[in-house]
Amino acid sequence: MTNNTRRDRVNRFIDTLAQSRALGLTVAEADENRLVLCLPYSEQIVGNPETGVIHGGAITTLMDTASGSVMICALPEFELCPTLDLRVDYMRPAEPHRPVYARAEAYRVTQNIIFTRCEAYQDTDKVIAHCVGTFMRIGQEATPKSFRDLIVGGEA
Amino acid sequence: MTTAEVLRYTQETGDFSRLLGGIPYATFIGLQCERFGDDLIFRLPRKDSNIGNPILPAIHGGVIGGFMELSAAIYLMMSQEVLRMPRIVDFSLDYLRAGLDRETYAECRLTRQGNRVANVMITAWQKSRSQPIATARAHFLLED
Repeated sequence: MTNNTRRDRVNRFIDTLAQSRALGLTVAEADENRLVLCLPYSEQIVGNPETGVIHGGAITTLMDTASGSVMICALPEFELCPTLDLRVDYMRPAEPHRPVYARAEAYRVTQNIIFTRCEAYQDTDKVIAHCVGTFMRIGQEATPKSFRDLIVGGEA
Repeated sequence: MTTAEVLRYTQETGDFSRLLGGIPYATFIGLQCERFGDDLIFRLPRKDSNIGNPILPAIHGGVIGGFMELSAAIYLMMSQEVLRMPRIVDFSLDYLRAGLDRETYAECRLTRQGNRVANVMITAWQKSRSQPIATARAHFLLED
């Protein structure tokens, strides 16, 4: 699978999620075991209007989406994997009026569980939040074929 | 109104509209809060844009997290005598069941309040309180 294929699959997947469309999430980079998503700044997700800093919940959603989509890059076939748990550490507030990126990797893939880690940042050397997660593999068959076709669809 | 005045107004009247109206993210996901005696129940009415699983359909796990995180912060603000803004340090979230496309509730419990750090437990449920869809634990730093 090429990185373009990975990027297309992730793009099609996150496009089916109403919340990720509402946030305006896009794919910045996709490769074999790594995915970078971008959350644009917007007034609607601000947590504190006095500072203009976005709410941690939007960053949690960004990191959950990145961590939950990185298996599309890591696995040959599309599987929907529900989140079992997430642990998020907030290092510093995001700077207002700038996008936030989340870089996720699946660092261990077993038959039943996928272990992920993810960093949210604006400048690569300054981490805003760090997140580890576990996702459950419920198998390809748990996802309707029509939906799987939609994600991998259009590929030769 | 300053934030301290809004908080006092909310504590005195139990009307959360001003407090929540001042937090754009609360409006974005649609968070509501109601007071019953001393207890606060947070509510997340169903909303199309909160969906994160189009097949079931189910609420995005991140939205459930954001809902619980913001509930805990408001709960902490409301439980203080003087305004101290809670800043989240970490958040640990277990998903127990799919959060279906319907109204969700949350309640919080202060596990431990120190001088600077508070530990809050959050439970979210839909159909029945005895069948939570997620539980979470958060640490907040309280700043004067």
